[in-house]
Amino acid sequence: MPKLIRIIDGQFVSADDPFTHVADDEGMPSGDVIVSLTRFSAEGDALISQGRSVGVRIEPDEEVEALAYDLPKLAVVAVAFPKYRDGRGFSTAHLLRGRFGFKGEVRAVGEVLREEANFLTRCGCDSFETADGSSPEQWAHAANRHRHVYQRASDGRTPAFTERAES
Amino acid sequence: MYQYDTIDREFLADRAAEFKEQVERRLAGEITEDQFKMLRLRNGLYLQLHAYMLRVAIPYGSLNATQLRKLADIGRRYDKGYGHFTTRTNLQFHWIKLREAPAILEELATVDLHAIQTSGNCIRNVTSDPYAGATAEEIDDPRVWSEAIRQWSMLHPEFSHLPRKFKFAVTAAPKDRTAARVHDIGLVVRRARDGTMGFEVIVGGGMGRTPYVGPTIREFLPANRLFSYLDATLRVYNRHGRRDNSYKARIKILVAALGREEFARQVEEEWEKVGAGADMPDTEIARIRAAFAPKAFDTLVNRSEAFETAKAADPAFARFARNNLKPHKRPGYTIVEISLKGIGDTPGDATSDQMDVVADLGERYGQNDIRITHEQNLVLPHVKLDDAHAVFQALAAAGLATPNINLITDIIACPGLDYCALANARAIPIAQDIAHRFADQDRAELVGELKIKISGCINACGHHHVGHIGILGVDKKGEEFYQLTLGGSGAEDAEVGKMLGPALPADRVTDAIDTIVEVYLRERVEGERFLDTFRRTGSAPFKEAVYAEAH
Repeated sequence: MPKLIRIIDGQFVSADDPFTHVADDEGMPSGDVIVSLTRFSAEGDALISQGRSVGVRIEPDEEVEALAYDLPKLAVVAVAFPKYRDGRGFSTAHLLRGRFGFKGEVRAVGEVLREEANFLTRCGCDSFETADGSSPEQWAHAANRHRHVYQRASDGRTPAFTERAES
Repeated sequence: MYQYDTIDREFLADRAAEFKEQVERRLAGEITEDQFKMLRLRNGLYLQLHAYMLRVAIPYGSLNATQLRKLADIGRRYDKGYGHFTTRTNLQFHWIKLREAPAILEELATVDLHAIQTSGNCIRNVTSDPYAGATAEEIDDPRVWSEAIRQWSMLHPEFSHLPRKFKFAVTAAPKDRTAARVHDIGLVVRRARDGTMGFEVIVGGGMGRTPYVGPTIREFLPANRLFSYLDATLRVYNRHGRRDNSYKARIKILVAALGREEFARQVEEEWEKVGAGADMPDTEIARIRAAFAPKAFDTLVNRSEAFETAKAADPAFARFARNNLKPHKRPGYTIVEISLKGIGDTPGDATSDQMDVVADLGERYGQNDIRITHEQNLVLPHVKLDDAHAVFQALAAAGLATPNINLITDIIACPGLDYCALANARAIPIAQDIAHRFADQDRAELVGELKIKISGCINACGHHHVGHIGILGVDKKGEEFYQLTLGGSGAEDAEVGKMLGPALPADRVTDAIDTIVEVYLRERVEGERFLDTFRRTGSAPFKEAVYAEAH
């Protein structure tokens, strides 16, 4: 089974990935699947009724708002970063957690690089299909590099202004 | 001034350590130059024509003496004994070796300086009023908000991969010394009728290929709602700004495409959903505000006998006082502008020795407070009139007493083809040539306020669009040509300059400026600046004179 990096109990660990990414023109395999928003709109309810776990992949130009009512049924939202510098996915992840209260897995997919670990984690991603072969240790090192953060974000870290107020 | 606490310091130390590791990985060949590029750019390290350039952030253009001395020291030990102050009030070192860059960042961190977010598609250094805390015009200290924005924007989780770079200006005075209307976001502190504080929010100004004076999208934003509103604005931009073409990716293009009303509507709609939970706590703003509490000023009278006597005895000082000293809010104090536009010098350059002199003067006479202006000059904001002559003499001895603030020789120029890989033409030699032509100080003063701004390419780092006279370097079949624009302004009366006519070859530029000045002197009526005359007469008389001579 393929591996990915997940945050489990606050730790970055290597984990089995039970999900299969299914393209729009592919046949539907058995088991847990991640499909596009388009395919989910057409087949989502049927897939879920088959008792499997279903995830949806959101491309940068797709609005996460379209999924708002379906979120409780989803196991995974895969946020796509076709290029690391395309930052729309950060807003998608942020909204999933902060505005829609999504509790499932938010997975970063695409050009997912260690140097982005901090930003991705802070925006609420908790699993990572890395594109640079990072080990969980390297990933954790990059994500936890800074002892302090200046903003409230979806990872719940204490921002500098709260640290100061409490000291 | 704001003092870094343990949190701010540890943040910088962590950042420096991270970069050190990244450089080591690059030097060991573990990552390619292409992969490394984004990492170095996030730390202000550019690869230029001849060497690496390191751009050090000077947050809202404010430094203390220790910091300026450290910059001088780095210039001496890692560069060629100087640095270049930029139009974003940053400092650039142009001759840096990659393997020394981590050591430089570590040294910068020891004096609370850094190069974070001085490049890349993120929120850049905030521009603020160099007279903040010193001018009677302001209704609040804009540094308070600038510092809050600095913190909020540091490695912002969501807004560090924007479609393009993003620049803020914050001012609280009616006279705009920040070019707020040509920034991605300009914030102008306002008071409502009931006295509550807030901001006029200007979004989508900018220069580059498609210059815009930014429209106001909200007349009055309550100050305590600033950060939720910025969240909303940046989110609309991050999600909807163009990413297919970097020349069309700035927020100004989105605002222009949607129109001011529709953009503002989208921001308001998002803002309602964001809610007050995204605002910075009042306690944190109060903590920052306390750091900018006015220094203890002596109780003095308006008139300084020492100052008057020195002016009468020393005509050079009288001239300096006339052009470089600006009114301070407190009796007996003055704001001293230090020109980095010596005749024939490179605009914005200062040697390490000069930086040390300014640091010493700031410490001894200026409450340890030194500012950088976006017009590439330095400022000692709090000097006693009694001390002004001593300051002048020390500056003069260091070649820093050029009395030309806001005059025709106080030219902004980008580094141009002498340094920059993007440039089409040189900017510095043009600036030097014009300065030599107008070196006669009496004539320069007769001409009065006239802002010349020169860019070596359409990216407009030299702000040519908003020069009273703008000069843009263009490449015509391998030859350097220069396009003139007239009537621009980056101040409160912001406007984009109008193209005068066909571009001129390099050796015709200074003559053309001379001609334009002569037309102005002929046409002007009492009290008019060049800009006022131009706005009254339009291009015609200038165009006729410049291009008549070409035939």
